[in-house]
This record gives sequence, structure tokens and C-alpha cells, in this order.
Amino acid sequence: MATSTADKVSNGNIHRHNQNINTFKSDAYVRSGFSNHCNKHNGKANGGLDKRPFKESFDQAPLYVAVLTYVGFGVVTLFGYFRDFLRACGLEKCHLAQEREEQKDFVPLYQDFENFYTRNLYMRVRDNWNRPICSLPGPQFDLVERVSDDYNWTFRNTGKTIKNVINMGSYNYLGFAENNANFLTTVADTTRQYGVGVCSTRQEMGNLDIHNELEDLVAKFLGVEDSMTFGMGFATNSMNIPALVGKGCLILSDELNHTSLVLGARLSGSTIRVFKHNNIQSLEKLLRDAVVHGQPRTHRPWKKILILVEGIYSMEGSVVRLPEIVALKKKYKAYLYLDEAHSIGAVGQTGRGVTEYFGLDPSDIDVMMGTFTKSFGAAGGYIAGKKELVDFLRTHSHSSVYATSMSPPVTKQILRVLKCIMGQDGTTMGIQRVRQLAENIRYFRQRLQEMGFIIYGNEDSPVVPLLLYMPGKVGAFAREMLKKNIGVVVVGFPATPITESRARFCLSAAHTRGMLDKVLSTLDDLGDYLSLKYSRHSKSTQDRTLRRNSVVNH
Amino acid sequence: MASGQQWVLVEMVQAFYEAPAYHLILEGFLILWIVRLLFSKTYKLQERSDLTEKEKEELIEDWQPEPLVPLVSKDHPPPKYDVVSGPTSHKIIVNGKECINFASFNFLGLLDNERVKNQALTSLRKYGVGTCGPRGFYGTFDVHLELEERLAKFMRTEEAIIYSYGFATIASAIPAYSKRGDIVFVDEAACFSIQKGLQASRSNIKYFKHNDMDDLERLLKELETEDQENPRKARVTRRFIVVEGLYINTGDICPLPELVQLKYKYKVRILLEESLSFGVLGEHGRGVTEHFGVNIDDIDLISANMENSLASIGGFCCGRSFVIDHQRLSGQGYCFSASLPPMLAAAAIEALNIMEEDIDIFRLLRDKCKHIHSALQGISGLEVVGESISPAFHLQLEKSTGSRELDVKLLRGIIDYCMNRQIALTQAHYLDKEERFLPPPSIRVVVTIEQTEEELEKAASLIKEAAQHILQHTVLGH
Repeated sequence: MATSTADKVSNGNIHRHNQNINTFKSDAYVRSGFSNHCNKHNGKANGGLDKRPFKESFDQAPLYVAVLTYVGFGVVTLFGYFRDFLRACGLEKCHLAQEREEQKDFVPLYQDFENFYTRNLYMRVRDNWNRPICSLPGPQFDLVERVSDDYNWTFRNTGKTIKNVINMGSYNYLGFAENNANFLTTVADTTRQYGVGVCSTRQEMGNLDIHNELEDLVAKFLGVEDSMTFGMGFATNSMNIPALVGKGCLILSDELNHTSLVLGARLSGSTIRVFKHNNIQSLEKLLRDAVVHGQPRTHRPWKKILILVEGIYSMEGSVVRLPEIVALKKKYKAYLYLDEAHSIGAVGQTGRGVTEYFGLDPSDIDVMMGTFTKSFGAAGGYIAGKKELVDFLRTHSHSSVYATSMSPPVTKQILRVLKCIMGQDGTTMGIQRVRQLAENIRYFRQRLQEMGFIIYGNEDSPVVPLLLYMPGKVGAFAREMLKKNIGVVVVGFPATPITESRARFCLSAAHTRGMLDKVLSTLDDLGDYLSLKYSRHSKSTQDRTLRRNSVVNH
Repeated sequence: MASGQQWVLVEMVQAFYEAPAYHLILEGFLILWIVRLLFSKTYKLQERSDLTEKEKEELIEDWQPEPLVPLVSKDHPPPKYDVVSGPTSHKIIVNGKECINFASFNFLGLLDNERVKNQALTSLRKYGVGTCGPRGFYGTFDVHLELEERLAKFMRTEEAIIYSYGFATIASAIPAYSKRGDIVFVDEAACFSIQKGLQASRSNIKYFKHNDMDDLERLLKELETEDQENPRKARVTRRFIVVEGLYINTGDICPLPELVQLKYKYKVRILLEESLSFGVLGEHGRGVTEHFGVNIDDIDLISANMENSLASIGGFCCGRSFVIDHQRLSGQGYCFSASLPPMLAAAAIEALNIMEEDIDIFRLLRDKCKHIHSALQGISGLEVVGESISPAFHLQLEKSTGSRELDVKLLRGIIDYCMNRQIALTQAHYLDKEERFLPPPSIRVVVTIEQTEEELEKAASLIKEAAQHILQHTVLGH
């Protein structure tokens, strides 16, 4: 019965896939909560998406999984209370750092329940995060081996390193995190000439010639009039959104937007309304209400409406439904702020991000934002768009007035990578990497789905979340993978909804087929061992394929 | 059954006849009232009258938003940045002219230091440039851990935490501790990143007059009386004082010993921003705590950036583990941002080495500050604002012309005059509309240990000359 309703819910889009690709994607995807909506409006979505098929899956796990997940959290919580009780009685040693004696009568710095989760849940699996690495964050890296003698309260380095761990966690999409001296000559020369710092802000004495060169090239790369760059990706959002909107303006923000966007929106002082993740109907309803009813109580019209979306969502692996959002923003005269932190360089024929992926004109996006931390293997961020916008930011951006400008070697690294992607270095290496990444993504995602894992997101997204659900499996999965020399990122509550703990793989153009195969075969075994293969349609698809074959044979 | 029903009906009719008149009237009235209620509800709905789709479309058609950025008129073109070709070290090329740098915060001259550069290059060869991940997800490098340890050791505290951007450091640290409903006492001259941190914390903010401890105590006393009225609320309201060691906006040092006294008297925690004082004040460059001989454990949190004295990029917070460790899960700029490129961390470590090896540099810097400070006294029209040992201080107009725009223009005239004669200066830039208390326009003079006695003299005499030339010119012009 579940399948039949699912079939009804997802329409249009999925059917078309059936025509195009008759492998494993034919089943309908439905899932409780927000992602459900992604499918519900698929039919309508197709209108704007004619240029390319848009396939995103958010499978739903069987009900028993959700029940067991809650039970798991319940057990851990109960044990947490029990151990807190033991600690209070002095029966268990408390390892937490304590307040100074002199300040015991101050108002407590933390509320006790704030730390309950950290103390009792996070501490059990803490070894899976912040693992120190001691090499280049390339496709393989070396980890500092550490052990804990007190159940993760403290760690001690053994002095050994775990060599050649396959890196499935870094955002090194195009493999430009590299230390090949030939590639880095310009960066090294810049370090020798400029030093590493700037010691001033852009508006004062920190506007270097290479910053201007970089900004010109970024604008050229994106196909827009001008751009401005900043020293930190996070701050690019949080320090520029307040310059663009303020009191009397409305921000419509996707519910899964990154913290930096949320912080920027909050600091701006505008009214913030949140729409469901990648849900065009939810956005349109908010837009319509906003324009029709104006500001609350006064009913004055809003000064501006700014839509905040990301190109690729880093926890879901979904790609923004840009064509529909552009259509909406035109209809309702809103402005669009697109954060391409994960998508720039990683998607599109030539790595120019989601606008290229959908074949849209970059001038349709009012504010193009992105970071250099991921695909470019550097640090910092940019904002690009019309000349008026960038000129305005040059005078009014918090960053240009108060923050130290971008480090010269970092600037040079971005310049080098941009030139490589654009083919200005006289090689085809950049474009090859973009293609290699696309190939790796398709291969990896396809194999995982065939194995019967539930993975989220768009088929072209380099971020591949694999659902683990249960809290116990989060720790087990990451530890087992490390035993097999594979470094993975696992995420759980509060970064994800409570029932949707997941592992996240980030693919890179630098991953060889051999590495991916090793990861996949390990995953296959581990998936059986931890029973992670929750997907219910892989089998049926196989059956169907078999049936189809038999029909052909007839 | 049927007969039973009939009987009921008959009885009802009978009852109707037999009922007293007043009863019938009352019941009739009730029925009417119910009908009225029903109708009045629909009547109200009609009065609200939802917009029809067509009307909505018209409204949508009519609405014209403001432009995303205000239109710039042709006669007010956006100001052009000065372009620096090459490094921002001692000798600097601004807009094509070679000058002596009196503008960037490279106090200890470590930007152009060969040892620092070599360490950065070694790191570059090993780690490349970027980290491609936040600290939690394989963005923690052994270099980061080493730098944190070294900073903690240098500052003689338990723990340090590094951020990848100086501005984000205190701006993330404040909201990690101070939440909605908490109370923060902050100096009026506090820098912009503190202001943003406070805004992000959504706490209750009380400004006290710059470096005025009486005013702060007055506010603390007010709070004390409020607490007595509502002790239950007082027990959960955290309170903080946020101050800067050396104020970037005024060049003043905060009266830390008095602040510590107030801290224990009123049980308020102190968050101290030391971006300018770290690597400057104190015998070993440990900042304002060392300057006053205050026990560093009495300060709950010290935050500083590594972009001034250390001449790298990023920032750090240090203090007791009880306080600092909390940021590893709650500091937004720490958790959700890519970590600091290892080569920048390596450069900062080497810079720390140099600071530890040679404590003479701090004395040298102070001597140079005092030198130019006294040389700049008594310029007609310009006032020196800031401590004599502060390596970044301000030159303000003694008398404002009354218009900020004109003041800025005058100061720019002085800067251009000096810039044409090989002394690079800059104005202190602010976002006029965003600052809580906008400081008056000023030229910010920055002293570094690389500047020679002659250069300091030259700068002072040039500024004097420029002030005479430009300020008197305008006076005549008026």
C-alpha cells in the first residue's frame, strides 16, 4: 500500500525518468516531513526544468527504524540521567572541567541541561570528530592516532600515525588541495614577496593589487559584471547580508540554510520567514502573502524581499530548484541571494555552479555568493553581481571596513585554481577535473543505490549523505570505516533531524576508481554487518529489471 | 416504535400549548438570538472580505520594491580604495608611490620576517593551502593543535582555541556564552566586532561611558537593586563586562585592576578583547593583564586576533578550559567555518617563537610609540588621542568644522600631503550608520618597530607641516 500512495504522490518528474533511465531510479520516493514536498510538486517543477532531468531522492526508511531510533535515544538518555545521578552522588568520577573556587557563587556560566547532551551522548562518540590529520587533505591523508583512557573525556596521542586513509570527508571537490610544488610556484613566490598577512583592512591599507586581480577574474569566471572577495566564507554571509537588507525588509530563508546565512539574516534586523526545504509552493505562498499583506500590523508594503538559498545543501546533498525560484522571484519582484559554497566548481559543465547546471543566465541572480574553501582548496568567499551591487558593498560591507583582507598566498591559490578551471593556464586539467568529479559522483551514487543504501540528494551532487538513523550506528560506522582505513564524516542530532543521523561522503575529482571501489566494497560489507541497507526498492527494481529482461527474452 | 414516536410528538405539541407565555417568549427570544449570532458571524466575515485572486494579482503587479542597493548619483561616485602593489610591510607602494608605512598593524614587523615566511613555505609544501573542512570534519590539523597549545602556553592559561578570521573571534565568542535575557555591560568605545557579537547574542546590553568605572558601577548597582526585587530571575541571569585591552577606536587602555575589583564585588564575568594589546603591552607582550600585573585567571575570557602583532590571519580565545572548551561546540565561527589554512597557523607559531625569544621588541615598540607621541604634541588644529604607549593612536581635528564630510575631506588632504612625501597614512574607517557610538573622524597613526628614529621624526614633522598647510588654508578659505 505504501508503494501505491508513493506512486501517486510523485508524479511527472519520476515518470520521465522512467523513460530516460530504466535502471534503479524508477521507484517513487516519498518520505515524511519536508522532503515529501519536493516530490509533491514535481509535476509542476518540470516546466522549468526541461533543460535537464532533475533527480533527487529522499527515501523513507521502514517505520520500525524510526521506532528503534527513538528507543535508542531513549535508552541513552535514561542512562545519561542515571550516570548524572551517580556523578551527583560522587559514585562516578566527573571529568568535566570545573568552575574556579573563587567564582562558584557567580551565576552559572552554563545551564545544566545545555550540557546534558554533550556529557552523556556526544561524549560516547566524540572520537569520531575533530580527528587530527597530519598531512595534505588530499584524496588520502594521514591521521594522528589517538586513544582515550577515560572514555573519550581526554585523548592521548600514541605518537603513531594512521597512514593513507582514504579521505571521504574533505570538501576537496576538484582536488585542488594539493602540494605539488610545480602547481604551487606562484603561491610560494607570493608568500616570499608579500608574507602571509596583510595587517589592514580593504578600506584602509589592505587593498592589494592581487585582490583586484582576483576580483576581476572571479567576475569573469562567473560571467557577471563585478565581484568582491572576503577573507572568510562564513563571514561573507554574516557580514554582507546586513549591508543589503535591514528593517522593513523581508528575508525568506530555506529551512536548511547554513548557520552563516541565518546569522547574517538575524544581524540584518529584517523580518525572517522560513520556507520548507527546496519547496516552491511553500516559498510562493510566503511570497504571495508578503506582497499582498505587507508588513505585520502596519500593513505597509515591504521595502525589499530577499530570498536566501544555497546551491547545494551540505547535509542533504540536494540541489536548489533554481529555475522555479528565478521564475518566482521575477514574478514577485523579490531579490535572490544564492550561496554557492558547495556548488561552485563542483557542478555545471565547466564548473560554474548551479546557474550553469540549469543553463540559467547569471544576471538573473541578484547576489551570487560562494566560498573558496571547498572546490578551490583555499579560504574565503566572494560576492558577485551587478556593478552597482559590488560598488555598494565596497563602501558598506562590514568586512571591507573592519576585517583584515585576504591573505596574499591564499589569494594567489584561488587565482591559480581559477585560471586552471578556466583553461587560462594553457592546459585542460581544470576541465578534466570537473568532468572526473561528475563521473565519480554518478558512479559512487549509482553503486550505493544498487547496494540498497538509502542515500539522499541530487544525482549530480558531490555531497552524498548515507542514512544511518540509529545513534548507536553512528559511532560504530565511523569507527569501523576507520579500521578499514577510510575516513568518513558522520553527523547526528542536532545537525540533522533526530531520526536522521547520517554519514556524509564528499566526492573529489582526485579520488581514483580504485579508491572508490575500495570504499564501496567496504561499505557493502559494513552495510550488511550493521544492517544499513534500508532501501526498499532496490530489490523490487532488480526484480523488475529481471522481469523486463525475461519479457525481452520472450 | 412508530407509535412511541408519535406519542412524543403529540406530547410536544401539547406541551407547547400548555406552556406559560413567558416561557414561550423566552424560548423564542433565545432562538432569535441564536439566529442573530449565526448571522452576525457571517456578517463579520463578509466585512473582512478576503481579497479575490484578481485583486491579489493587482497588488502583486503594483508592488515596487526598493532597489537592492541604493542608486548612486553620478556626482557621488563610490570612493576608490588605495591600491597597494606588493606587501604591506615597512616600505609600501601605495597608488604607485613608495612610502614608509604608518598605516598597517604590523607592530612587530613580523610580516616581512624571513623566518616566518620560511615556516609558511615549509608548511605550504606539506599541507597545501586550504583545509577543505571545518574543524569537526577533518579540518583539524596537527598544526592547529600545536598553535593552540603554544598560545595557551604563551598567555599562561589552560587552553586556547583558534578561529580562521579575526573579526569572527570575539563576535562568535560572545554569543557562545551570553544568551537572550543575559546582561552585558559594554564600553561605549567597543569595536565593531564586539558590537556584532552582542547583537548576535540577543542579550540585554548596557553601555557605560568609555573607561568610566563610576558609570559602570552605577549600572551594576542599579542591577543589584533590580536583583533584590526579583531574586529568582537574578539567579539565572548571567552577566558580563565586555572591554578591550587597548581600544582601537580611542587608543586607550582599559582600567583592568578596577574592573577585576568590580567583577568580584558584583559577580560579573569579564570578557576581554585584546586584538591590539596582544603582543604589544606587557614585558613579554602578553597584553593588558601583564601590563597591570593582573592574574590572567581573573579574566574569564581573552580574545585577540592574529592579524596585528602576529602578522598572520585568524584569531584566538584563551582562558580556563571550563570556559574555552564550550566554544568547540558553541562558537559558530569555529564550528561552521573552514579551519585556518595550515600555512597561516605555521606562520603564527613562528611569530610566537620570535616573540618569546626576544622580549626587547616590546620595549623597543613602546619607546618608538613614546617618541612619535611626544613629537606630535602641539600641532595646531590636530589633537593626539590615545595612550603614549599605544602603537595605534588617532589624530583628530581639534575643532570640527561641523560637518563630518568636510572633516573627512580635510583629514584626507593631510593624508594625501604626507602620501606625496613618502609617508603612508590612513583614516580610521567606520560604517557611519552602523556604529553604536560613531567616533569622530581621525587619522590613525600606526607605529611599528621597523620605523627608524628618522622616519618617526619625518612623519611627525610632515604631519605638522600638512596640518599647517591644509588646516590654515581652509581657515583662510572660510
